[in-house]
Amino acid sequence: MSRRRGGTTAGRDEGPVQATCEVIARRREGAYWLLSMAAREIAERAQPGQFVQVAVDAPHTLLRRPFSIAHVSRQGASAGTVDVVFDAHGPGTEWMTTVEVHDVLDLIGPLGTPFPLPQRKVNCLLVGGGYGVAPLYYLAESLLRRQLRVDVINGAATAERILGAIEAKRLSASVTFTTEDGSYGTKGRVTDVLEQVASASRSGLVYACGPNPMLRAVSELCDELGLPVQVAVEERMACGIGVCFTCVVPIVGRDGFVRNKRACLDGPVFNGRRIAWDQWGVPGGGVRPGAEAEVVGSGSARGAAAAGSTSGAAAAAEAPPADAVPDAVQAPPPARPARGASAPIDAEADADADAETDAEAGGPPAAEEQRRGRP
Amino acid sequence: MSQEVRKIAAGVDPAAAPSALAGSLDPAEVDLSVRMAGIELPNPITSASGCFASGAEIERFHDVADLGAVVVKSITPEPRHGLPTPRMAETPSGMLNAIGLQNPGVEAWIAKDLPWLQERGARVIASIAGKTAEEFRDVARELTRAGGDTIVALEVNLSCPNVEDRGMVFACSAPDSAEGIRGVAQEAEAPVLAKLTSDVTDIVSVARAVVSAGADGLTLINTLLGMAIDPDTGHPELANTYGGLSGPAIRPVAVRNVHQVHRALPDIPILGCGGARTVTDVVQFLRAGASAVAIGTATFVDPFVAPRVVDGLTRWCADRGIARVSDLIGATTPR
Repeated sequence: MSRRRGGTTAGRDEGPVQATCEVIARRREGAYWLLSMAAREIAERAQPGQFVQVAVDAPHTLLRRPFSIAHVSRQGASAGTVDVVFDAHGPGTEWMTTVEVHDVLDLIGPLGTPFPLPQRKVNCLLVGGGYGVAPLYYLAESLLRRQLRVDVINGAATAERILGAIEAKRLSASVTFTTEDGSYGTKGRVTDVLEQVASASRSGLVYACGPNPMLRAVSELCDELGLPVQVAVEERMACGIGVCFTCVVPIVGRDGFVRNKRACLDGPVFNGRRIAWDQWGVPGGGVRPGAEAEVVGSGSARGAAAAGSTSGAAAAAEAPPADAVPDAVQAPPPARPARGASAPIDAEADADADAETDAEAGGPPAAEEQRRGRP
Repeated sequence: MSQEVRKIAAGVDPAAAPSALAGSLDPAEVDLSVRMAGIELPNPITSASGCFASGAEIERFHDVADLGAVVVKSITPEPRHGLPTPRMAETPSGMLNAIGLQNPGVEAWIAKDLPWLQERGARVIASIAGKTAEEFRDVARELTRAGGDTIVALEVNLSCPNVEDRGMVFACSAPDSAEGIRGVAQEAEAPVLAKLTSDVTDIVSVARAVVSAGADGLTLINTLLGMAIDPDTGHPELANTYGGLSGPAIRPVAVRNVHQVHRALPDIPILGCGGARTVTDVVQFLRAGASAVAIGTATFVDPFVAPRVVDGLTRWCADRGIARVSDLIGATTPR
């Protein structure tokens, strides 16, 4: 096959394309790796929060690997490039560290939903864990173009796993670092400083990306504080294009029903307060509130341990006993602030997502489904 | 320049490269059409159930009517949430999945997905799943009522491994399989394909049973039941513990099943399924006795795989002077 530069094979004017992309740069970024690729059409179509699927050639692997887009450039000498940042923790990502400049990779993208942008003037707080901050910097550029104030909380396990400290300072009005071992910034987790930073910066909207336990803690704290929060989640993904149904996340619809939504198509960006966190990875469509103990290891535990505690046990303890929720499909909808003038995110974006939810799932899930435990 | 781009597309399948074989034809002269259980397909490539949703996701990449037929994700009487995550684990040249038949239910499918497929001119093979023979029959009745000319066949998923009770996998038992098919065959106007599993002692006896019960053809094979364990934590990789193995890893098993059943029941059409990814994979299935070939897991890696294989198959036949792809069906030369 010829080495084409950014050649594509998709026949549509919008949405994802498949492209063969020349590697422009590969370098270490602290504890992580960065790959920059010439992918003009993907760069032109991409928005912050979306991801690409990269074909890898590691022995005996089959599937592409999904990577959140860390940056695209549309202008200047490096126009038409797409960057991804990753941690080498499996055969696919290990192989990616061996890729050389001028090698050609096969990408599909951009995929998934972008972070919805505020429809009015609002201060935005970006909360990243580990290399999860990468797409948030990309988002910050969009927010800054809209003349919005951006503040950053950047947390990781150790100083080495803090990504892009200089970039964070450049892009934000304030940046607060947290490390679990105290080797850089405040000792602790992002949720330890979130309330104070949000208050000092008068933030009206939170965006978060990082390991799922952190996203849960951030979402639950934002729920308490009445702050809207958009999170980009992780779930094991085979296809990335919506056909395999492996990467589902339980989402509470406006009607109060929980439905499994695909992280690759309906996400990866979700309203964090609409995710039924205590039902993610739980059998039976996730409506047995006492069933936390049955959860087996989720792929989401991978990656940088950053901030926020999993308050699974607490959530389970507060939930009513299973028998108090007869055929309970009805999960309590998360409390949310009054809509309308105070909602910084276009309410329509959320409403659209719900309409899709209902049409797709065809109404309430069967009660029969809810009673079944895992065999 | 050490790394070549990964050659995932059938169009770059080395064995399908243009050759100087004697008797080569103009590709335009190659007839790709096949007949399977009385249905005419413009080419022998279909999607595999559960690997194509209902098509709209793939339409972002290419026309779903490019396929000989679209085999849709299994439809049950009621909506199903499916199983908890993790639902997937990659294994050598394959993957395990345990989705648990998540789908919107027959009513919503007929209201939304079917009209969409109809508009695109797709030929639809509707996959049916259920917990009892009555459920299979009910879904078949609804689909027959609504299907019109769009649903060209019903595929009865007797063999999904991801159900609550392994004892309820119809295809593990010949009498249960026959019972599942009987009700569907009574309701259906379109041909009925029974999708079987290789996880049995003797697939031929199950095949005979479903044919006696009214199946017009067979889909061979479903995923193989498998398991992967995290060596450090001891947890099964899948929330469901067990899952269905698919991908190139199972292709030889699938080809063997097709060959074995075709030899025993040469008049029964077979939709071959299991690990097909390239033109030469498809040719193997056809030669083993399949009338058409479903491409499943390969779609996860390459959304363009179906049109690429269709194009590649045309060239492969042209280069070898094969005017009709249907001439390849069952064309195995004994050793």
